[in-house]
Amino acid sequence: MRAKISRRTLLKGLVAAMASTISMAPSRKSSAHDFQGYETNRGVLVDVSRCVGCRSCEVACSREHGLAPPPGLVDNYRLLDQQQQGMRRTDQNAFTVVNRHESPLLTHPLFKKTQCNHCLEPACLTACFVNAYTKTPEGAVIYDADVCVGCRTCMVACPFSIPAFKYDSAFAPQIMKCNFCFDTRLSRGRPPACVEACPMEALTFGYRNDLLRVARKRIRDTPGRYEKAVYGEFEAGGTSWLYISPVPFEQAGFDIHVPRQPILNYVKDFLAVVPMVLTIWPGLFAGIYLLARANKTHKNTNDHEDVSDETSER
Amino acid sequence: MKPVSANITDAVGQATIVSGSHRGLLDKIFLGLSIRNYLGQLLTNPVNWILGLILAIGIPLLCQRYLFGLQAITHGSQDYPWGILLGFGLFGMVPLSASGFLLSTTVEIFRRDDFLPIERLALLNGLLGYFFAVVFLLVDLGMPWRLTYPMVVSFGPAAVLFLVAWHVATYLSVQIAEMLPAVSEWADWPGLKRFIKKITLGLTIAGIILSTLHQGALGALFCYAPAKIHPLWIAPEFQWLHFFVSSIFAGLCMVIVVSWLVKHTMTWRCDRRYLSTLDGITLGLAKGAALAMITYLVIKLVAVAHDQEWLLLISGWGLYYLLELGLGTVVPLVIFAYGVRHSRVTMVRWGALLAVAGIVWNRLNTVLICYNYRLHQEIPYWKELWVVLTVLGFYFIVYRFILYRIPVLFRWRQ
Repeated sequence: MRAKISRRTLLKGLVAAMASTISMAPSRKSSAHDFQGYETNRGVLVDVSRCVGCRSCEVACSREHGLAPPPGLVDNYRLLDQQQQGMRRTDQNAFTVVNRHESPLLTHPLFKKTQCNHCLEPACLTACFVNAYTKTPEGAVIYDADVCVGCRTCMVACPFSIPAFKYDSAFAPQIMKCNFCFDTRLSRGRPPACVEACPMEALTFGYRNDLLRVARKRIRDTPGRYEKAVYGEFEAGGTSWLYISPVPFEQAGFDIHVPRQPILNYVKDFLAVVPMVLTIWPGLFAGIYLLARANKTHKNTNDHEDVSDETSER
Repeated sequence: MKPVSANITDAVGQATIVSGSHRGLLDKIFLGLSIRNYLGQLLTNPVNWILGLILAIGIPLLCQRYLFGLQAITHGSQDYPWGILLGFGLFGMVPLSASGFLLSTTVEIFRRDDFLPIERLALLNGLLGYFFAVVFLLVDLGMPWRLTYPMVVSFGPAAVLFLVAWHVATYLSVQIAEMLPAVSEWADWPGLKRFIKKITLGLTIAGIILSTLHQGALGALFCYAPAKIHPLWIAPEFQWLHFFVSSIFAGLCMVIVVSWLVKHTMTWRCDRRYLSTLDGITLGLAKGAALAMITYLVIKLVAVAHDQEWLLLISGWGLYYLLELGLGTVVPLVIFAYGVRHSRVTMVRWGALLAVAGIVWNRLNTVLICYNYRLHQEIPYWKELWVVLTVLGFYFIVYRFILYRIPVLFRWRQ
């Protein structure tokens, strides 16, 4: 016969099973499910209608962060022309890029600057299993390369596809992304390098709440000049960088598929399942076990068949 | 293959199986052959030549990866952070390794002793699948030496991947414990087996919990990209359920396939109990898999209905989606239904193979093909594919090494 399992051993096993799983299962209730962003959250308002595509911001950024100088600066417009095949994106050598977009509503091209939008509830941060990302009260989403494992889930999670990975480094690879010039500027209340470099005042630095008012005022004061929406007010739960555009956002190179709620909301359904499984499964399966065992013992005593030969092998 | 197994059968058939405990470790490792004979039979086996070829190219590629970074063997795509290494190695291997918890539940919890002859094979398949999923992870992680950071150094407990990491690590230890009785028989440590026996129920229930959660969590990982993946392949409310339920038939079908392969290529190592019960067990497993498949199809349907995606079904992507579900799930389901009813074991086995391929296809669709579907497609660099093949080569070698020795396909006689 199979070793008799007394109530005590059964309980012991159960406690062991539950302890081992519960101790592994982190508490996953988010306390911040109504997070509206920090009052002190700074941001930048990008007026797409003002940008002329000079890419001074790219140069300033690469200098600020010691990155390789942006390609094709001499023949600036040729590079922007080439982009017709595919847009440039942020990568390990560029924290910000400017792309050219044509809109059927305009006779001239539009230029859109791309960089980390510094979400109020960043997807990269919520997806990171080693807590490498921090949302500072100033609004920057900064990254700590010292704890990063290189799993690249943040790149999957970012709805704007901003974080890039230094694939060519074997010993010190890391995520490369705009940090709002946090260390050098933002933490001292100064605007990031790109904003300072812009000759067209296409970029306005300030408190996010103020910028939203500025954006709405511009839209209201010059009727017909802007789309009546601020990109970033609600996208991915709200971003620090905000945009106003003279044409529908998809024509200016914005991803309009970005959900309007924080990415974390999509994961909460699963996170709610975790405690349920942890509490219901042990009892359920222990119960099934007891039923199955009772059934088997009953059968064995009834038909006197030697099933025990098989079982004793275990 | 014939002469090899014949060789070993001669040597092992008498020595290994009959007298168990008094043989030296070397005998156990070299299957009772002299080292010279053992190496000789390795060389005459054509399978080893193929493995040798794979590794001869693959090991330098691995060195390249660790010396010059991932860029050396992958496209290093910023748009596709997870390539085929994870798409196949982690997301494909893990559902196929659900076999361990499924069969231990069947035997230890549901007390279905008729599945006992295959339990250890399922456990081993689970253990090795997980282990090599971690190996794939070690190749793909940017900083593999920091694998333990989420457990020791820095915690991000609100992240789905945190749960995956902890659960896979814990479950790996549970699976090692579950395999210990077989090892203890082989190594002749009866005390160990007695101890594990006492905690079997706890281990099994822990296995169910951990498997439910991390199989589901692998799906929930994609809820972080609700707008990047084609809507047919992502349903945030149901994603974890899709991944969990599909892992049930994936694991069962994998056992059908592996047990079938083993039956033909390692007949000498299987005992009479295994060989005589396998056909019946295969049909039983197929029956279970068919039930899981129906469940899976229903919740897939629920997801389409919930997200109002009916019109998408007649688009190009929709047809591709139907093709995946049709070939990967519906056809095997029909095969199982027919095969089980008419006891057509071989047919069922081919169906299982199809289902295994279907699950891997589904995971690759989610990770690679339908991910960033509005952007360009990522076609893996040949070196990345070769590294996948290389790790699979190691997987095969370890799998075979263990099956030859540890009592998985046969019972140890004292």
